[in-house]
Amino acid sequence: MFGLVDANNFYVSCERVFQPRYEKRPVVVLSNNDGNVVSRSAEVKALGIQMGAPYFEVKELLKANNAAVFSSNYALYGSMSARVMYCIAQRVPAIEIYSIDEAFLDLHGLEQHLTPYLGRLDNLAHTIRTDVKRRTGIPTCVGVAPTKTLAKLANRLAKKLPDLDGVLYLDSAERQAWALRQVAVGDVWGIGRQYAAKLMAAGIDSAADLARVSDAWARKHLGGVVGARLVQELHGRPCSGLHPSEDGTLSRQSISCSRTFGRPLTGYTDVLAAVTTFLSRAAEKLRAQGDIAYVLTVYISKNRFAPHVLPPYSRSATLTLPGGPTADTTVLLSYASSLLGRLWEPGTAYHKAGVVLDGLEPPGTGQQLSLFSSPPAATQPDNEREEKTSQASRPGLMASLDALNQRFGRGTVRLATALPAPAEPAVPGGSNRPAWEGKAQWRSPAFTTRLEDLLLVN
Amino acid sequence: MSDVELIPVVATETPFFLPLFSCTVPAGFPSPASDHLEDELFDLNRLLLRHPDATYLVRVAGESMAGAEIHAGDLLAVDKQMEADHNHIVVAVVEGECTVKQLVCKGGTWWLMPANPAFKPYEIRDTDEVSIWGVVTHMLHELVPGKLAALLRTRD
Repeated sequence: MFGLVDANNFYVSCERVFQPRYEKRPVVVLSNNDGNVVSRSAEVKALGIQMGAPYFEVKELLKANNAAVFSSNYALYGSMSARVMYCIAQRVPAIEIYSIDEAFLDLHGLEQHLTPYLGRLDNLAHTIRTDVKRRTGIPTCVGVAPTKTLAKLANRLAKKLPDLDGVLYLDSAERQAWALRQVAVGDVWGIGRQYAAKLMAAGIDSAADLARVSDAWARKHLGGVVGARLVQELHGRPCSGLHPSEDGTLSRQSISCSRTFGRPLTGYTDVLAAVTTFLSRAAEKLRAQGDIAYVLTVYISKNRFAPHVLPPYSRSATLTLPGGPTADTTVLLSYASSLLGRLWEPGTAYHKAGVVLDGLEPPGTGQQLSLFSSPPAATQPDNEREEKTSQASRPGLMASLDALNQRFGRGTVRLATALPAPAEPAVPGGSNRPAWEGKAQWRSPAFTTRLEDLLLVN
Repeated sequence: MSDVELIPVVATETPFFLPLFSCTVPAGFPSPASDHLEDELFDLNRLLLRHPDATYLVRVAGESMAGAEIHAGDLLAVDKQMEADHNHIVVAVVEGECTVKQLVCKGGTWWLMPANPAFKPYEIRDTDEVSIWGVVTHMLHELVPGKLAALLRTRD
């Protein structure tokens, strides 16, 4: 059996834990840069406001209903997520942290062996739910089923139907069949918008309809073996187990970091500062998983919705690192800035930038010496010193950098390129924020991670 | 043929000190990423708190609990897991606002009692209006002005 614990409108719930005055009021949390609605309280859902709705479109409706609006506060959500996951992990043999607010649970054998829950995994699910609520204040729902796909589906129903009291256990074939009938095909885990449209056109409307298609049909129309597995999972036959958790053990195949800017930027140094910041973050993640990268991509985008902007809206440049793979921020930056220089069109307003690191490998595995790169001795004596300082990786320096930033907070030690241009002096008394940084007008305090921001009680 | 040389294994007589684990965690939550050995410091969170992962730090504003030696600027460790009981000092939510008071049961009714005559006791009549956020298990009061005193100065 698998379980899926999912927090109810997690970001909103985090805000409410430390600001109980918003408990019964409509609350939304906005995405980076205060652009779109990314978390909605039940009251907001009842107003018909959709997930992802642009804030400017729903602003008046929210105001009319006395809704509280928050900018996203990832310091708070990350720290509360860690507490929630820790709490869940104490109750079950293994968990897979699927996202900031979701975890799969491995419950195999527990229905037979765990004494207080003999045959009653729903009781275990209720225990987890009350435990998480009591220790963190975060409400959750739990789905329990023989496969991950069904657990996800059970969770969805547990959230939707208040009578279930937050837990749905699909222990029998009858319950599974009932549950499949309740869920639209587009809401099945793994069915995206395009597949959903295709399936509906073929007369497959519910998860139950999808479970009835033949193996051959699924292979042909739902992306081969992936689709066939999905259908098997709906039948209660598990095709995938738990994947290693994100807390360090899950190695990514590629690492990217991008942001939409707070306002359009036309200055090269401002955009370079943004790229440097994203690259520093990506390289930090790369080092945290112990890898080096072979390929670097930089991209910059214009705002396609702004008037008089001509395509191409986005340009990218990719480079297989000529000096060999590295995890050194300074080395990567020297390449990134030349890539950015190649993409740069003077006089253009950019509104987004990003970097991607690909070809990740632990150092020393399958590394091949380049046929054409010159051995160090062959470099011209004049350039030698410069070559060494700009190209040589310095794992010790990077380790110290990461250690300092972990201990004293992210961004304590940065590359100078990441800093705001000196031509724009900081506003006296104002924050010294780089030009690219997004709007976050309504961000709540970092209640759990900053001494200055702790909850005040009278 | 090769000779085998026997190397005697000497039993250690001297005591062996195991270092304590410590991690720098701002709100008492253990971060698996920051596990590292340190031989001198130990972690007050782990040492003192019953449920570090269910404990939150809050800061006191105001003097309504001055009689209980809880003053403005003090840090409180609040355990959300503990069941609140008679005489516990709690963080309660009264009409949506957080407040620190003593929970007292007098003749069948529950009260939130301030420890300062300038403030009025609050009788809990409607459980919809009042909830217990957590139980205060520890208090950190600075005797030598330091970080907390500095924080207090910057706030007002």
